[in-house]
Amino acid sequence: MTIALEFDYAKPESLDAALRLLTEHRGRAAVLAGGTDLVCWLRDETITPELLIDLKGIPELRELDVDGGTASIGALVTFSDLVASEAVRTALPILWEASRTVACVGIRNRATVVGNICSAVPSCNAGPALLVCEAAVTVLGAEGERRIPIAEWFTGPKSTALGDGEIVTGIVVPVPEGRHGDAYVKLGRYRGEDLAQAVVAVLALPENRYRVAFGAVGPTPSRAPGIESVLAGKPLDETLIAEARGLVRNETAPISDIRASREYRAHMLPIMLERGLRAAAARRDGGGPAYGTALIEEAP
Amino acid sequence: MKKTITLTVNGEARTLDVEPSDTLLEVLREKLGIKSPKVGCERGDCGSCTVLLDGATVRSCLVLAIEADGHEVTTVEGLSADGPTELQRAFVEHNSFQCGFCAPGVVLSATELLRKNPHPTEDEVKEAISGNLCRCTGYEPIVDAVLDVGGAKRGGRDDG
Repeated sequence: MTIALEFDYAKPESLDAALRLLTEHRGRAAVLAGGTDLVCWLRDETITPELLIDLKGIPELRELDVDGGTASIGALVTFSDLVASEAVRTALPILWEASRTVACVGIRNRATVVGNICSAVPSCNAGPALLVCEAAVTVLGAEGERRIPIAEWFTGPKSTALGDGEIVTGIVVPVPEGRHGDAYVKLGRYRGEDLAQAVVAVLALPENRYRVAFGAVGPTPSRAPGIESVLAGKPLDETLIAEARGLVRNETAPISDIRASREYRAHMLPIMLERGLRAAAARRDGGGPAYGTALIEEAP
Repeated sequence: MKKTITLTVNGEARTLDVEPSDTLLEVLREKLGIKSPKVGCERGDCGSCTVLLDGATVRSCLVLAIEADGHEVTTVEGLSADGPTELQRAFVEHNSFQCGFCAPGVVLSATELLRKNPHPTEDEVKEAISGNLCRCTGYEPIVDAVLDVGGAKRGGRDDG
């Protein structure tokens, strides 16, 4: 029951103070936001920091702002914040849909979007949605701020491009331009709290351009450039959908684990892709199922 | 490395010394004697340790007590200061629980839902309690009770 590990705790009130602590305790500190992953890791001793730096004393990191063409999501913004945001629902419905599929209310009230991509598990919910939006991760270190494109962020299971001594301050998500529609398709064992067995995210843009990303079927969430280039510029008819479905096996590398077998994932992915493509295209064209509608039926 | 924290627990300010590694769940149960949050999976999956932190449900097994410094914690004990709530009475009426281990968590999750959304649909009720595992009832009498408080019936019209 007890966390056996001993560590100290600090709650700095500015980013500068947080960075200073991180530099002073380089390699021996962990950064805490929602803690829904971190506290598990402390209990398991997957990580053994000497100091926890709690970001919750830094008000600017709570920023959730959708302004014109960009959404800014601060490091303390929770999935519940995104679900409750009409602005996010309107401007970035795929992110809203993805947020609603995260675990359950009690986790979403605490878990942050930034924490989700920092934990960087292959099934992380936010990954595929941020990939098709071509988001960027804002990172602050001793040398100043840098922006890492989300496509370069995930470097392996539970591994990211975040450098030693750096803190993620937020995510910047450009709102797609022109008429567009999107779809987030999550497959889980049951309709409740569960990690994804597989995720397909689709963004349908004008002129039949599409962005497609997968989650939980490779070492990291990833875009599917092969599928995107085959779809580009062509009407989404039965032949093209069949062709796209056939390419799924080149773009994914599902494994068998506690949640699903490799075969089941491989079987379901083309079905999820087809439904995602059809829903995203129909939504772009003014129809389609309402956002939030489950596109794949899970066990009740 | 003990630190002194002050938090409001069920309306009462409490000041105590904690280790940074003490979870809120441990502190509530072992230091403050509040036993309604249960020790279940201890990794956020089962919902039996649910408490309200500033009015929002959290897993007290995944919150360090020190993070709750300056905040307000409510458990089932705090809900019922003036006797059982309407929701709790509905749970009794529907015989919603058998062993009761999940009950405090379910009561708090449903309380949070009804505060935000007083007339939830069946889908919204199921979504709200999806993080609270019950192995006795199959959830049906739980869902019925919450719907009852909101003025709806299971299998009825659903805009969810």
